[in-house]
Amino acid sequence: MSSTSSAIEVHGLSKSYPNHVAIAGIDLEVKSGEIFALLGPNGAGKTTTVEILEGYRSRDGGTVSVLGVDPANTDVRAWRNRIGIVLQSTKDAADLTVEEAISHFAGYYSNPKNVDEVIAAVGLAEKRKTKGEQLSGGQRRRLDVALGILGNPELLFLDEPTTGFDPEARRAFWDLIRQLKNDGTTILMTTHYLDEAEALADRLAVMTNGKILEVSTPALLGGRSRAKARVSWSENGKVFLETTDSPTQFVNKLSARIDGEIQDLSVSRPNLEDIYLEMIGEKV
Amino acid sequence: MSQLKLPSTLKIGISRGFLEVKQFMRQRESVVFTLLFPVLLLLIFGSVFKDEIAPGVTFSQYFVAGMIASGLVNTGFQQLAITIPMERDDGTLKRLRGTPAPASSYFIGKIILVFVSMSIQVILLLIFGVLLYGITLPTDPERWLTFIWVMLLGLISSTLLGIAFSSVPKSGRGASAVVSPIVIILQFFSGVFFVFTQLPTWMQNFAAIFPLKWLTQGMRAVFLPDSFAAQEVAGSWELGKIAIFLGVWSVLGFFLALKTFRWEK
Repeated sequence: MSSTSSAIEVHGLSKSYPNHVAIAGIDLEVKSGEIFALLGPNGAGKTTTVEILEGYRSRDGGTVSVLGVDPANTDVRAWRNRIGIVLQSTKDAADLTVEEAISHFAGYYSNPKNVDEVIAAVGLAEKRKTKGEQLSGGQRRRLDVALGILGNPELLFLDEPTTGFDPEARRAFWDLIRQLKNDGTTILMTTHYLDEAEALADRLAVMTNGKILEVSTPALLGGRSRAKARVSWSENGKVFLETTDSPTQFVNKLSARIDGEIQDLSVSRPNLEDIYLEMIGEKV
Repeated sequence: MSQLKLPSTLKIGISRGFLEVKQFMRQRESVVFTLLFPVLLLLIFGSVFKDEIAPGVTFSQYFVAGMIASGLVNTGFQQLAITIPMERDDGTLKRLRGTPAPASSYFIGKIILVFVSMSIQVILLLIFGVLLYGITLPTDPERWLTFIWVMLLGLISSTLLGIAFSSVPKSGRGASAVVSPIVIILQFFSGVFFVFTQLPTWMQNFAAIFPLKWLTQGMRAVFLPDSFAAQEVAGSWELGKIAIFLGVWSVLGFFLALKTFRWEK
């Protein structure tokens, strides 16, 4: 029996290719209605994991349940009707316009979203008569997202969705994802952008070398909330750096000692990216 | 939400067929080349070989029958065995796999595309043949009936075998080099460019394994006078045997297509 509270349940999942181990036994749970981000360097096994969950790849071991169904044993169209997939970079449908592609694919689902609403939601209203091959990288990606959400999925897979977006388009995309979450869609995404994971994810997992290092929330990952603050300033042309648990006190003392403005003063906590890079062993 | 009924395989297949035709028509160079190629060959061969190959039968008349048959193999087998690997490369197939559309609706779409493309080729070939080389069209309805079933069986077997063979080329770029020589050799062996009975016996026997030989023979039964049947290998058109061969290849093609079809590289 599938529990209603988790959209995805994975236990002991493993997958090897002739020359390397892609996934070395992982456990993963994605709860219904949450946005879950899978982080990790290239080659960590993120895409292989996601593609097993999407039913594209076979696995060597472990159990997998996606919306209560084992993707390996199913060729059931009804299951595909309930999921949406945004693959990594695509270049198909190049000779179809945005509108043609979206209205065609709408015909595959039992309960598709309104074509015009989807086009508007991904911000391609002005490009609806433009062919896929003439779209910019970011616009093309939004078309992929449109095709992924078209079937009103209960569960949406996003594999590096905002690669090639400009900052404005990325913000707009984030709003769209939050909207989908508000509508009750469960989302599993992989991304290279830590700010994206921080902005969107309820929970996240860091993966390297086919293993999951930690599952946490953006605020708590890698002991981030307990990490010391870094205070830096300049004095007589030299830069100073102090790590401390009580930055307020430290700055007070500093201010008492130095007359007037403290030069180049900054107080910071490690951001998600610092924590992440430390975790995967690439210290800054 | 999931209680709603999914669109049927046939419905998705037909909508894919329309989409495929639309996409095909948008590639102008390929449209012109594909649709006019048989006419071009007719112009070349019709200008070179002006003799009668039997009393009242011009080479052009013989050649038109062969060209229609080989058009089926070009449009079904060759085109699909080349374009499907390309669609595997560019992610078209991977995207489809991720939707509720079944593989068979993709196949139906391809059959529709081949049907439309083939119909246009046949019409053009017959128009040019009649106008330029005095090709005579059958008047007997029974011959048109033969034409229809040979066309349909040719269409189905050729399309399914093309889908099955599309798993052989490793990439879209290399596909043409793998597929084209096979088709060209079969055309020579099957009596498209030469009168079949003038070929060496081993060539005839080899060709008799594959559908193209039977397609050309079937088309000759449509377009050549009954007096010519005596000059066939068996001394008759062998319509029953043609139906059996094409039928067996269609069934084989169906299972091979299902068995070997790959969505991804």
